[in-house]
Amino acid sequence: MSALNTAVGKVTLETPGMVASGIMDETGESMVRMLQAGAGAVVSKSIGMEPKAGHANPCFTEVAGGLVNAMGLPGPGIELFKEEMEIATPKGKIVGSIAGGNVSEFITLATKMEEYGACAVELNLSCPHAKGHGMELGTDPALVKEIVSQVKGSVKVPVWVKLTPNTHILPQIALAAQDGGADAVVAINTLKAMVISPEFAKPFLSNKFGGLSGAAVKPVGVRAIYDLYKVVSIPLVGVGGICNWRDAAEYIMAGASAFQVGSAVLTDGPEVFSRINTDLQKFMEEYGYDSIASMRGVANE
Amino acid sequence: MSDHVRIISVTENNYDTKTLEFVTDDEARPGQFYMIWCPGMEEIPMSISKVDGRTRSISVKRIGPDTERIHSLKEGDVLGIRGPYGNGYDLTPGRKYLIIGGGIGTASIMPAVEASGADTIIGARSERDIVLRDRAEKAASNVWYSTDDGSFGFHGNAVQLFREKQAENHYDCVIACGPEVMLYFLHKACVELDVDCQLSLERHMKCGAGVCGCCVMDGSRVCRDGPVFTRDQVSQLKDFGVQKRDECGRIVKFRKG
Repeated sequence: MSALNTAVGKVTLETPGMVASGIMDETGESMVRMLQAGAGAVVSKSIGMEPKAGHANPCFTEVAGGLVNAMGLPGPGIELFKEEMEIATPKGKIVGSIAGGNVSEFITLATKMEEYGACAVELNLSCPHAKGHGMELGTDPALVKEIVSQVKGSVKVPVWVKLTPNTHILPQIALAAQDGGADAVVAINTLKAMVISPEFAKPFLSNKFGGLSGAAVKPVGVRAIYDLYKVVSIPLVGVGGICNWRDAAEYIMAGASAFQVGSAVLTDGPEVFSRINTDLQKFMEEYGYDSIASMRGVANE
Repeated sequence: MSDHVRIISVTENNYDTKTLEFVTDDEARPGQFYMIWCPGMEEIPMSISKVDGRTRSISVKRIGPDTERIHSLKEGDVLGIRGPYGNGYDLTPGRKYLIIGGGIGTASIMPAVEASGADTIIGARSERDIVLRDRAEKAASNVWYSTDDGSFGFHGNAVQLFREKQAENHYDCVIACGPEVMLYFLHKACVELDVDCQLSLERHMKCGAGVCGCCVMDGSRVCRDGPVFTRDQVSQLKDFGVQKRDECGRIVKFRKG
């Protein structure tokens, strides 16, 4: 029987698929539900310093091949998130996603997440629609290195860095994260996007632009992982448009040690994880891959 | 999916509620909802109050700036709709249903009344708060009313009236939408009397489509796993009648008693 267990550095996973940040992971109970649905881990909603309502509605719409959202990082803030983590961490592995606006905020947030029992922290340096956060910080290699190294110096748990595809220097940014001591790179976040309502002659989202996710972005994500695999030596986590075993296999063969699923929870429900696990194992069996590690990066050879 | 529709009629139901009709090619079912938007408002979820061929309606009570904006729309104006979303009511034939609408919750149950012709209770604070009465009387086998102030029909609340009617008619299943406090006591009564029920619940929504998790009650997404939950599902929801989450995801306790 082919084995589905894998590891992202020191973080071991029973199954290779995790819930991507921002999907059914703002409350303790919903994170538990996703773990029970077969996710190897859940990456929490990106949590900031203070309670935040995010952008006004409309902040989401379906488009051909995916979704465009500009939630604007809503969340209860790091202090209150303790209660949610207390419910979720006894049930499985939770990666604490954090969205600071500067180095010191990232340090505080990471320290809290570690204290709450997160198995790793994921630095959101890639959200395309939250002013002063995410991608606004994550497209400057020097700043990325600074944030990562400072966070690394403050926590013992592994530090993952989630990067944006909205740049032509993704490899340099990933290298900066590696130089800063990052334990893994997660790619990709959403592609900066816009939907216009012709009837109203206006952008549909209240924030005007948002991020595209879903099946449409998968080839972009696969390419990003393929490129990063050649450049960095730390583990990679693939995310972007994964709906089925085939998508997952593409990311793993491009070089990912594990993957995350987000938008497919809309189309397939939380059950998407158990289905991918079963089908991926079947494929590995038939094509002679006895482990995720044996399949990782093979498309690069 | 996302669509833009032209309003074909606007009806004033009473002093604070209007019904807007439009035509669309979706396959909406009773109990589902749309996310409604036009410039000048935040997008909000609205129960579908009519499913008649291709004709749909929403019935909107004026409670704040967004519903005020919807009230300003006229016949011929354009409305943005996303959906239909949610699971809707299960109207399996052969079961004896009692349908209960409380206040503006009557909008959500009306398509189920029209699809089934089942006995119906409409509860409201006062006679002037009763909406969609004409449609209920046309479609339902029997319609009974309760008002808190006794100005029309039974003097009392819809749950008290339900207990009377259940004792007389032995329904198999209750379908209801209304304020959570009404649904809370209705659910209690259904458990006590061992009657099945389907309750349409409400929480703050953002995506409406089951992705973001903003509207969860425990781990259940009101927008996607609901908004209609069965008696047993509701029994498992620790948040029901106790607490909700605000737009930041913070827990807000309901007032006790």
